[in-house]
Amino acid sequence: MSTEFGVWVAALMTIGLFSFLYKDNPFFKVCEAVFIGSSTGYWAVVYFFDNLQKKLWEGIFPPDGAVGDAWLWGGAILGILMLCRLSNKIGWIARWPVSFIVGATAGLYMINYFVSSAMMQVASTMQSLVVTNGGGIDWQATIGSVVVAVAVVSGLIYFFFSKEHTGAFGGVAKVGIWFLMITFGASFGYTVMSRMSLLIGRMDYLFGDWLGMIR
Amino acid sequence: MMGHYIALSLLAVLGLGMIFIFYLTVKGRTIERRFVFLYIVFTVSLPLFVKMKPPIQVSPEVQQVVETITSLSPGAKVLISCDFDPPSAPELQPMLVAFTKYALKHDLKLIFMGLWPLGPSQANRGLRLALADTIIAAKNLTYGVDYVNLGFQSGNEFVIQAMGGSFKSMFPQDDRRIPYDSIPLLNGVVNYRQIDLVMNFSAGKPGTIEWIQNAVDRYQVKLSAGNTAVQAPQVYPYLRAGQVRGLMGGMSGAAEFELALNEKGKASSFILSQMFSHLAVMLFVIVGNVAWLMTRKKK
Repeated sequence: MSTEFGVWVAALMTIGLFSFLYKDNPFFKVCEAVFIGSSTGYWAVVYFFDNLQKKLWEGIFPPDGAVGDAWLWGGAILGILMLCRLSNKIGWIARWPVSFIVGATAGLYMINYFVSSAMMQVASTMQSLVVTNGGGIDWQATIGSVVVAVAVVSGLIYFFFSKEHTGAFGGVAKVGIWFLMITFGASFGYTVMSRMSLLIGRMDYLFGDWLGMIR
Repeated sequence: MMGHYIALSLLAVLGLGMIFIFYLTVKGRTIERRFVFLYIVFTVSLPLFVKMKPPIQVSPEVQQVVETITSLSPGAKVLISCDFDPPSAPELQPMLVAFTKYALKHDLKLIFMGLWPLGPSQANRGLRLALADTIIAAKNLTYGVDYVNLGFQSGNEFVIQAMGGSFKSMFPQDDRRIPYDSIPLLNGVVNYRQIDLVMNFSAGKPGTIEWIQNAVDRYQVKLSAGNTAVQAPQVYPYLRAGQVRGLMGGMSGAAEFELALNEKGKASSFILSQMFSHLAVMLFVIVGNVAWLMTRKKK
């Protein structure tokens, strides 16, 4: 069994949080409050020192006496204007920095998403259905390409709402739903795997690091 | 060994328990949800005591990561972005440790960083484990020469973008507050052009997708990634498009990676637990559906 104080705290906190699965109780509430409080404090400190001190303050007034970056004043002013939201009277001023952030972010993201998540994806979808390998047909890759093509077309048809989903059109849309459901199922499977991994990690901590039962 | 047999016997009891649950459900009796939680806890915990190795097969996407890494020559510089924190460590830390061990054994130069505040701490934990390895310890590797940790930088994807121009602008000093210019490993490292591979261990945003958008497609960076299982399905389209060279998804990806690199670690020892927990979830889904179908029939 571990003799480290930190390990004991972490182990008891883990048990405290798991105790909610039995029913809500004061031990869980204490652990929850400690977790939220310490997380908030941690993030506040990290962001204060990383952004306000290191980037803004030391950017404007470099510690080595060099000339500061005047552009940072713009950011500082916008940041202060954001705080106007706290007042009912001048809260409307906060819309200016918000609109600046929304506009600048949208502009920056637009190209990135268009290139990486749209054009490149479309290009990789528009491949030859028959894949050849060393003169012969690579059947595995060919079947994969056909499945992708069918899934893309039927999926797009499912989201085409200008025509009623009846007849052959409705049939293809139904195939699209099946592909979507399989995708959601696979995604859910991965999520289950991820959550189970977290639980395994905690159990390994309790039985291994804390109780020393697993070597 | 005693624990191994006790755990195996209890797992057998759990199997019988599932049959009993199925019987109760068919009879229309509701199972207390706390019983299900307890069942899952036992299913996950008991295999941790079992000394049995389930068969692991390396998937093509993990093999691609391995091929990318093994193609690097000694002295190649690898930028490792640890974009995760302790909650995701069971999945990502084994990948990081296996990679670090392999890289240091093969004389790759490692530059760690993090876009998540706790990422660099995870890197340090991984490094500590790797440096404790006897083969690596014998090499007497030096901080700043063989590996360096640049620390955390806030700004998410904009950090990745800015690093395309200059690493130093984003990391004027490393995690130990040593100035960028005083670190021998970083001599001549201006931007991505001097980096042979970027390895990204990601649990969300900013993570692999941001690296693809801002480094791969913009600066033609070579990127391989390890993701949490939740995130992996979102990255598969980029893998197919060739924007990322290989992908390790979740704990199974980590176990495959450890096997392929011959660096057995935590993921390999966790995989049996994961196998049993998946089996339990699948059986519960089947039992639930059978119960639902039977109630529908009665109505």
